Amino acid sequence: MALSTSSNFARPDDAFRAIVEAHRGLSDGESADLDAALVLILANHIGDIDVLGEAIALAKRRMLDAIQQQQQQQQQQ
Amino acid sequence: MPEQTERIAQSQIRFGYRRHADQDRNGADMAEHPVVVVGAGPVGLSFAIDLAQRGQPVVLLDDADRIGEGSRAICFSKRSLEYWDRLGIGQRMVDKGVVWSVGRIFHGASQLYQFNLLPEQGHKMPAFINLQQFYAEAYLVDRVRELPAIDLRWCNKVTGLERRNDIVVLTIDTPDGPYRMRANYVVACDGARSSLRQMVGAEFSGKVFEDQFLIADVKMTAEFPTERWFWFDPPFHAGRSALLHRQPDDIWRIDLQLHPDADPAVEKRPENVRPRIARMLGHENFDFEWISLYKFQCRRMDKFIHGRVIFAGDAAHQVSPFGARGANSGLEDAENLAWKLDRVLRNLSPEALLESYHAERSAAADENIRESTRSTDFMAPVSRQEARLRKAVLSLAKETEFGKRMINGGRLSVPSIYESPLSTADNEAWRGGPRPGTSIPDAPITGRAGDSMFLTDAFVKAGTRFTLLEFGNGATIDPPDGVGVIRIGGDDGLSDSAGLAGARYDAEPGTAYLLRPDGYVAARFRHPTRSALDAALARACGMN
Repeated sequence: MALSTSSNFARPDDAFRAIVEAHRGLSDGESADLDAALVLILANHIGDIDVLGEAIALAKRRMLDAIQQQQQQQQQQ
Repeated sequence: MPEQTERIAQSQIRFGYRRHADQDRNGADMAEHPVVVVGAGPVGLSFAIDLAQRGQPVVLLDDADRIGEGSRAICFSKRSLEYWDRLGIGQRMVDKGVVWSVGRIFHGASQLYQFNLLPEQGHKMPAFINLQQFYAEAYLVDRVRELPAIDLRWCNKVTGLERRNDIVVLTIDTPDGPYRMRANYVVACDGARSSLRQMVGAEFSGKVFEDQFLIADVKMTAEFPTERWFWFDPPFHAGRSALLHRQPDDIWRIDLQLHPDADPAVEKRPENVRPRIARMLGHENFDFEWISLYKFQCRRMDKFIHGRVIFAGDAAHQVSPFGARGANSGLEDAENLAWKLDRVLRNLSPEALLESYHAERSAAADENIRESTRSTDFMAPVSRQEARLRKAVLSLAKETEFGKRMINGGRLSVPSIYESPLSTADNEAWRGGPRPGTSIPDAPITGRAGDSMFLTDAFVKAGTRFTLLEFGNGATIDPPDGVGVIRIGGDDGLSDSAGLAGARYDAEPGTAYLLRPDGYVAARFRHPTRSALDAALARACGMN
């Protein structure tokens, strides 16, 4: 099974909102704790090491791209 | 409080140095031996016994005159016990050792998780025993004394090693001064600080962990059950981890994780260790046997074979102790190498067979290093986010099965499965059983006279050599020359009265397994033919 990146929720806004609300009122440290638990719970639910690997790769690629973009913008300014 | 010293060697056993006739032979007349083993620890002793039982003369050198003090290794695995059983001292180890299979993991004051390493019956050997290393070594030395083929020389320290084409010249220092000797093969079992490794100029690099651990063996009578107890963040040692494990003679092994900045000299003082352990045990009624402080290293040699010098055990690879992968993997090295070297010495196999020792055991070392690195990282997270993920696992473990399974307080040693050039790939459908490259699972069987025994006993009876394990259907094939036979079922066979042998080997009438002399599966067949068997045997002997 490959990582699915098509939109899987009937109402994607609800899903995004649920995660955002879970973090409301939390400190950065508490939010990080919540995320850590959430990632582990969801990873276990997926239960497929290849899918997990693809998800990690995608997240990491986007993160590095974003950092690069930021740096370029700073240089242009 | 009685006066405590840092090291109290309770069972120190001394051996006399004896001058050997080889020491009077020097220059062109120097003695020559087929195999010289360096280091009389558990690995060197076991290896020498194995080779001697296969009929090879062995010279075994050790630089000390006594068995090492302190406890050091304590957990010996089922696989190691099965090996020692083949060497004639398995039962003695089990009789003295503390048998255990249950482990518990605690977080704070509450239990998170419990595991059983051998949940099924019908194995001759237990999952693990705890036994002080000096007992294991003493019993191995007793066995060595029964074998005239082993020439064990204490106080013989190798100080020089010169590699020529097909010979190694060793310079050996003794109380009577140095002498030299030639060896066709040198097997270096001289431990983590191997001097032979330095003499061949081999790299030994890897990862050093920053956290320090304090190990204490204490003597006390206690009501704790015979289990492995592991704590994360215990009430008596906040923020760190701790391990409690029972050994024979009312000795308990305690491991305490210390802060990376802790000063070893200060931490090691009994007056500083005592209150910490008193908090753990809840009382002061104990005496120290041994206190040691260490940092972990996980590393291995790039090549285990340097010409005619072959490395085994800690000399070749080092792991952190959580998982009992040090001594046990060294013993697996010994059993892997002994039969191969025996065949090469007899010119039955080409020298290239030895390369499979490196291939199989370096892969096993990588696996052990990977497992033990994961355990150590879990115990001592290196970043805040790692600590956070660990905290999440520990907290999820309170109510989820997957959280319990993610807790890593040490994954205990199991034999590696070899992806090996010696294995013949399965050509038929199997629903279970050990695939080629796997060590043989034990099972209870009944002898011809109705006597109870185990498959591992039958393997020894068949000669601890290449062996055909057949599940009878009446039609049997003639095994190739030199191959032993274990026949289960059929008119003249052993019987599988409990049905466990058949189940564990996914056997149907006619099923046959070709076992290697170290008790690993080389090939398996639903309906073996002599030609398929010959081909598998040739492959397993390194002759393809």
